[in-house]
Amino acid sequence: MAETLTKPHDEEPLIEGNQTYASLTETVAGVVQRQKDHPKAWFVAFVLGFGLVNVLLLSITYLVYMGIGIWGNNQPVAWSFDIINFVWWIGIGHAGTLISAILLLMRQEWRTSINRFAEAMTIFAVMCAGMYPLLHTGRPWVAYWLLPYPNILAMWPQPRSPLVWDVFAVSTYMTVSILFWYTGLVPDLATLRDRVKNRFAKVLAGMGSLGWRGSAKHWMRYEQAYIILAGLSTPLVLSVHTIVSFDFAVSILPGWQATIFPPYFVAGAVYAGFAMVLTFMIPMRRWYRIEHLVTMNHIDWMAKIMLTTGLIVFYGYIVEVFYAWYSANPYEQFMMWNRWHGPYAPAYWLLILCNGVIPQLLWSKKNRRNLKLVFAVSLVVSLGMWLERFIIIPVSLHRDFLPSSWGMYYPTIWDFGMFFGTIGFFVMMMFLFVRFIPMISIFEVRELWSRIRPQRAEVKEVEA
Amino acid sequence: MSHAIEVSQGPKVYGYIAEFEEAEQLVQAARKTAEAGYRDFDAYSPFPIHGLPEAMRFKDARVPWIIFFCGVIGAIVGYGLQYYVTVFDYPMNVGGRPNHSWVQYIPITFECTVLFAALGAVVGMFGLNGLPRPYHPVFEAKNFERASEDRFFLVIEASDGKFDAEATRRFLESLGPTEVNLVEAEEV
Repeated sequence: MAETLTKPHDEEPLIEGNQTYASLTETVAGVVQRQKDHPKAWFVAFVLGFGLVNVLLLSITYLVYMGIGIWGNNQPVAWSFDIINFVWWIGIGHAGTLISAILLLMRQEWRTSINRFAEAMTIFAVMCAGMYPLLHTGRPWVAYWLLPYPNILAMWPQPRSPLVWDVFAVSTYMTVSILFWYTGLVPDLATLRDRVKNRFAKVLAGMGSLGWRGSAKHWMRYEQAYIILAGLSTPLVLSVHTIVSFDFAVSILPGWQATIFPPYFVAGAVYAGFAMVLTFMIPMRRWYRIEHLVTMNHIDWMAKIMLTTGLIVFYGYIVEVFYAWYSANPYEQFMMWNRWHGPYAPAYWLLILCNGVIPQLLWSKKNRRNLKLVFAVSLVVSLGMWLERFIIIPVSLHRDFLPSSWGMYYPTIWDFGMFFGTIGFFVMMMFLFVRFIPMISIFEVRELWSRIRPQRAEVKEVEA
Repeated sequence: MSHAIEVSQGPKVYGYIAEFEEAEQLVQAARKTAEAGYRDFDAYSPFPIHGLPEAMRFKDARVPWIIFFCGVIGAIVGYGLQYYVTVFDYPMNVGGRPNHSWVQYIPITFECTVLFAALGAVVGMFGLNGLPRPYHPVFEAKNFERASEDRFFLVIEASDGKFDAEATRRFLESLGPTEVNLVEAEEV
């Protein structure tokens, strides 16, 4: 462990300023405790999110009343916004698991300041994602038919189908993400229990903390369980997006049937996820004055991960072009021609611009430390990743093998209503989260501080 | 709890608690306490401290084993479910594949393994820790609310065979704490 105690990459510390355990606790827990101190921006964002949630409720109500004919989906484009948004949201969730699990296993200590926030993002993004396939079934009130259980129809889901794998993958992912998040939260709820004055809040935090008292024996089992949960989540997160990509890759449609899909989808998921973390973190760190915990280094490193995964995704686009040519398959070649010159060509070129070209700005350290620019790039990447799924799903479907079965797809207002509605739901949940739950893992920050604080370094030198 | 012993006329005693300002002091104190022959003692800290369980000579590897066996059960349940469905209860010819097409069972088997193991990790860990347990005698100790913020505590419990109200108190004071206090036992 001793080597990782010093900051490996930079001279700048992971936690800035002259801190104590109490001051770090106060910074994070204070956000929850001082309910009257929330910035105006909180109300603006919450009201915006809440307004869009109403759009979502309206869209869902009308959908359930009328059926999925209100969407633009048709033959041949039977999958569109519903599946685009499902894949988009679930991908956004993946950054949370990457930060909390994979960076933990790699001992990337800077994750400590952002993991709680990113994990919350995972949970809300998976909730948004889950709505789409359930509503796309057309009869969401019998969505439990997706689960295997003995029933009077004497039927079972077909376990050879990637869509059934999806049911297992997404529900497991949701469950494990909540378990991981809650486990991390228990010691911080104990801190809140011991700090808050309000009786109601104290009882609530007390119940949530399960009576955690910080016993060394408990901490030991806690750390054993936590690190193994991270070890379980790591292959899980890779499997989830791999299985999502199987929904496409296992079919025979040109543009879908490609062996590059699993790694390219996973990289795209992390890419979109980091973009979303940055989109929220850049304003949030300023509004809640946590710049000494989420430092410029954090922004810089997240931007680097975004750049790296973006390059993998861009490589995927190039490989798709190469395969179209190298396969010598006329359908594959037409698929690529259609992306470049067909009716949806502007979306393709915008995708290349958003995901391939603009993120190259992040090669420069100066740009990675320019908050406005990183914020703008992360919005561009979110748009780009949405366009990627648009190119893969409706653009592949609308012109397949037989010209007689070609068609066009146009989204309706209800498609957009659902889409912006889930964005609103996500924004609303994130802002409720920062208000009522410590948005940074307090005990992990304390633990990190105990190892990187200056006094400690002096003690070590004396010992050595 | 059966930790309580009767002290003449006084309150029932859970143990003595010593308060420290630094994690390093707590590790030192825990090591000395273990060396002095105490067994029933515990340390409380606002974050996990590496080296503290070793200093306390506390070992417990049950959580990883629980997780492992839950994972194995998950794998068997996941695979078994698919086998039962596709071979016995609802056999169906899909593209000429055999009823027992094991390759396609792998994703669900994997997901079930992870699901059961993760549930085992959380339930097993909190279960072995005896949580949820909203009340515990140490919560009544002086300053203990700071155990979740910036103070470090060591408690020698009265159930320890070596516990002696006077000697234990003096021993704790010799470890250099800021304070030593009595922890009263729960009224039964």
